[in-house]
Amino acid sequence: MIDPRIKIIDKRLRDIKYIYALSSSKGGVGKTFLSVILSIASTKIGLKTGLLDLDFTNPGCHLLLNKDIIYNFPEEDKGVLPYSVKDINFMSIAFYIRDKPIALRGEDIDNLIKEIFAITIWRNINILYIDMPPGLSDEFLDILNLSGKIRLIIISTPDLLSIRSVERMLSYLISYKKRIAGIIGNMVYNNEVRKLALNFGIKYLGSIPYINHLNNIIINEGIEKILHKSVYWSIISDIIGNLI
Amino acid sequence: MVHEWALAEAVLETVTKLANENKIGSIKKVYLSIGELQSIDIDSFKFALNTLKNDLNISINEFIFEYEKARFKCIKCGYEWDLNDIMIKDEEIKEAIHFLPEVVHAFIKCPKCGSQDYKVVSGRGIIIKRIEGFS
Repeated sequence: MIDPRIKIIDKRLRDIKYIYALSSSKGGVGKTFLSVILSIASTKIGLKTGLLDLDFTNPGCHLLLNKDIIYNFPEEDKGVLPYSVKDINFMSIAFYIRDKPIALRGEDIDNLIKEIFAITIWRNINILYIDMPPGLSDEFLDILNLSGKIRLIIISTPDLLSIRSVERMLSYLISYKKRIAGIIGNMVYNNEVRKLALNFGIKYLGSIPYINHLNNIIINEGIEKILHKSVYWSIISDIIGNLI
Repeated sequence: MVHEWALAEAVLETVTKLANENKIGSIKKVYLSIGELQSIDIDSFKFALNTLKNDLNISINEFIFEYEKARFKCIKCGYEWDLNDIMIKDEEIKEAIHFLPEVVHAFIKCPKCGSQDYKVVSGRGIIIKRIEGFS
């Protein structure tokens, strides 16, 4: 018995220059927000950008992009073509489950990841961001093992629980150090995340401060509005400069 | 062209790599298990396989298709069932399961206890069962 999906994955990702999985062992640190804002900013500096939401049981990227896009299936052409939204090529389980709740065991998650990577045709993109679910479970292990091209961007806030959790994650990843592109500090108000990166000898990609009224901005004006403030544009574009 | 093309590509990529690794130039038969749950369009899949195989550096004489019924087992109550027990009428749900079979868990419940925590025991999707006649 041979699973035919494994060996096609390298081919599907072959032409994408940069692939980053935004990961954290801790939930609530801003992986989805950063995946989306990095994607939008990447398009604005001229990168052809893809975004894959791998948080199967709690997909959220579409809510930040345009909540209504999930009511049409992505088109097919020798595979599934990511949906184009805000110039981003976007793929998510949300197109298929809509607003239905779903709970999945490990084998199902493993199958879903392989299926999505096997059937999604990422045409003409330079950079792909993957929004990961929190934790060090099936999705995380699959991403480490499916393709050596996928590098991790690790997200932490300066809070004690996040710092300790990400310390454990980095200790686990000691043999995968080359696969770590760097750490982003989110909702930063001190140097704790930067110190964490220094302690592990990992590149510190940048600090994003706490953004007041972020939820209101996203709901009322759209997430890209954040990039209209030069301070945030400067931080986010510097991070992308560190990635390419 | 529908996404069966991508699945056919995956099959041929795998067969080709295995053949190359084993320094094999031709293959008599590739046995494929076709799971009922994914409900692939078999004609499109065959068309894609037969079109794509012409571009390969190995020859494949024949594809043999074996169909596998989808069966489910509830983890909560142990009940086992198949698709005949739960008619899926909504075309959009069928289509969603066609693309990503695991999304069945969002739409289908155990017919006995109503749990969505069940295992797809068989008939999920496409598997290469056997490759015969390397020469």
